Amino acid sequence: MTTTPAAPKAPPEAFVRPPQELRTKKSSPFPYALLAPALAVLAILVAWPILKLIVTSFQEYGRAQAFGAPPEWVGLDNYAEVLTSGEFYAVLGRSVAFMIVAVVLTMTLGTLVALLMIRLGKAMRMLVTVGLLLAWAMPALSTVMVWGWMFDTRYGVVNYLLTQITGSDWAGHSWLIEPLSFFLVLGLIVVWMGVPFIAFTMYAGLTQVPAETLEASQLDGANARQRFFQIQVPFVRSIIIVLIVLSVIWDLRVFAQVYALQGIGGLYEKTSTLGVWIYQKGTASGDFGFAAAAAVVMVFIMLLISLYYVRQTLKEDD
Amino acid sequence: MAASILPAPTTTPAPVVVSTKRPVPPQRVVANVLFGVVAVVVFVCSVFPVYWMVSSSFLPTNLVRATVPTFFPGSDFTVDNYVRAVTDDTRADFVPALQTSLTVTFLTLVAALVIAFLASVAIGRYRFRGRKQFIVAILVVQMIPGEAMLLTYFQLIDGWGMLNMVLGLTILYVAMVLPFTVWTLRGFVTAVPVELEEAAMIDGCSRTRAFWKVTFPLLAPGLVSTGVFAFIQAWNEFVLALVIMSRPESMTLPVWLRTFQQATKATDYGALMAGSVLVAIPVIIFFLFVQGRMTGGLVSGAVKG
Repeated sequence: MTTTPAAPKAPPEAFVRPPQELRTKKSSPFPYALLAPALAVLAILVAWPILKLIVTSFQEYGRAQAFGAPPEWVGLDNYAEVLTSGEFYAVLGRSVAFMIVAVVLTMTLGTLVALLMIRLGKAMRMLVTVGLLLAWAMPALSTVMVWGWMFDTRYGVVNYLLTQITGSDWAGHSWLIEPLSFFLVLGLIVVWMGVPFIAFTMYAGLTQVPAETLEASQLDGANARQRFFQIQVPFVRSIIIVLIVLSVIWDLRVFAQVYALQGIGGLYEKTSTLGVWIYQKGTASGDFGFAAAAAVVMVFIMLLISLYYVRQTLKEDD
Repeated sequence: MAASILPAPTTTPAPVVVSTKRPVPPQRVVANVLFGVVAVVVFVCSVFPVYWMVSSSFLPTNLVRATVPTFFPGSDFTVDNYVRAVTDDTRADFVPALQTSLTVTFLTLVAALVIAFLASVAIGRYRFRGRKQFIVAILVVQMIPGEAMLLTYFQLIDGWGMLNMVLGLTILYVAMVLPFTVWTLRGFVTAVPVELEEAAMIDGCSRTRAFWKVTFPLLAPGLVSTGVFAFIQAWNEFVLALVIMSRPESMTLPVWLRTFQQATKATDYGALMAGSVLVAIPVIIFFLFVQGRMTGGLVSGAVKG
């Protein structure tokens, strides 16, 4: 095992290189041939289900329809139902609030750990790397089970430690039954799982900042904070944007962790996030039309959030 | 190694090293100790849940269910939990689930890498009609909650007669990881200068040969980091697996792990932790195997967006 995550093999100037010229024979069929397998898979297994999802969102589609009964067109009824139900706004608010807290915490902690790794000596950096790597490699479901066990009401180590530290009696305290502390545990799980990826990526990005620039700014009297915000951050700006967009998408779509944690203990009505709620409405209770409309609304919300980034990607591509 | 590019003054001096002419100022020693302490805290926070999982998995049931938790198995060390986790007759068998998971993950990894590689070369190296729409599409597709489309997936796979078959689940997983893998690999392909290939062509290589000899080796980190992503996704996924592989003998490991929690009886946490360890081991092995090449790759991919 090597001690640190290796630096990118691509030369550093890849960061500043203007978009290079592509081969521009517009009529050549070759790129289409390369694209064909991906297009086939995506058309059948992504585009078709999405089309079906959109169609279903305009239909009365229940269990009977799933087994072959012809669905009835209901226009925008499903959307109206979604957008006028108080439940939707409760779930949306909960999901967005959770996402914001989780993204801010993951990004902040990940960046701080990356800065720490840069500052550390070789041995200590190795220690941090090994720790992060272990956390990163843990499968999602194993992770939820372990945290659920640590926060167990009767035999959990957290209650025991809290009793020892605070002096008051935490034995028998149920963390998952209260929605707020349920989200605390969920947040711990999501942040714990998310920090290693952010830390490693930021670390690899920050090691690319030219040493001379940092040295020069230090000679000019810039302190660590100024160096961070005025040199390092602008340099890794594109990485930060990608990481934020990815974290937003992942944390808003969080499913397995919520679903499994609810299985350990937790009230469905009070703790469901968008993904789990859509799953419960559709697959679990059979109202597929409603679930489809909710999913389409959710995609629109994500698009709004990431619109800036999508446009940026296209602009850079020109 | 990444560290060698770093500015020396801010990073290297450790309190014990006296190779520089100036003595290390005392504030610097304090700072170094402080950072060391923080590093240990980060390490403990990262590792403790993993340690707790392993430690609990080796404890006898009476110590797992004890008011005062045991922090180290010591002389009470036992593998009973593993025996129970693997041989319990009331739940699905472990070995078939392991086989299914390994096969599905491996097939997904290979298929997704090959297909995504071809596609990323197309959009990274050529300009053609529909290219931009394709890039936007693979970005947007990642925002769609797959949970809403479970019924359609089920109907599709059922229609092909592939329910409870490795192939059926693999096809779905390939589709699931493809948008992200194409998107990441594209960043790597564009990061390799076309001029390198052209130089090889001027030296007499054919375009195909130039690509394989020059560009392809430079894409190795990209393939590794995208492969890791595909591996984790396929290994962890369990909602699709729950719907498509409903028979006990065709379960995957995550679904198998869920069967430890049964509504009718209290969760056997010792066995559950043993099961969690068993599910985690292949991923940890895989990670240790590829980690050196991984994270750097993520950056060069991310930078190009």
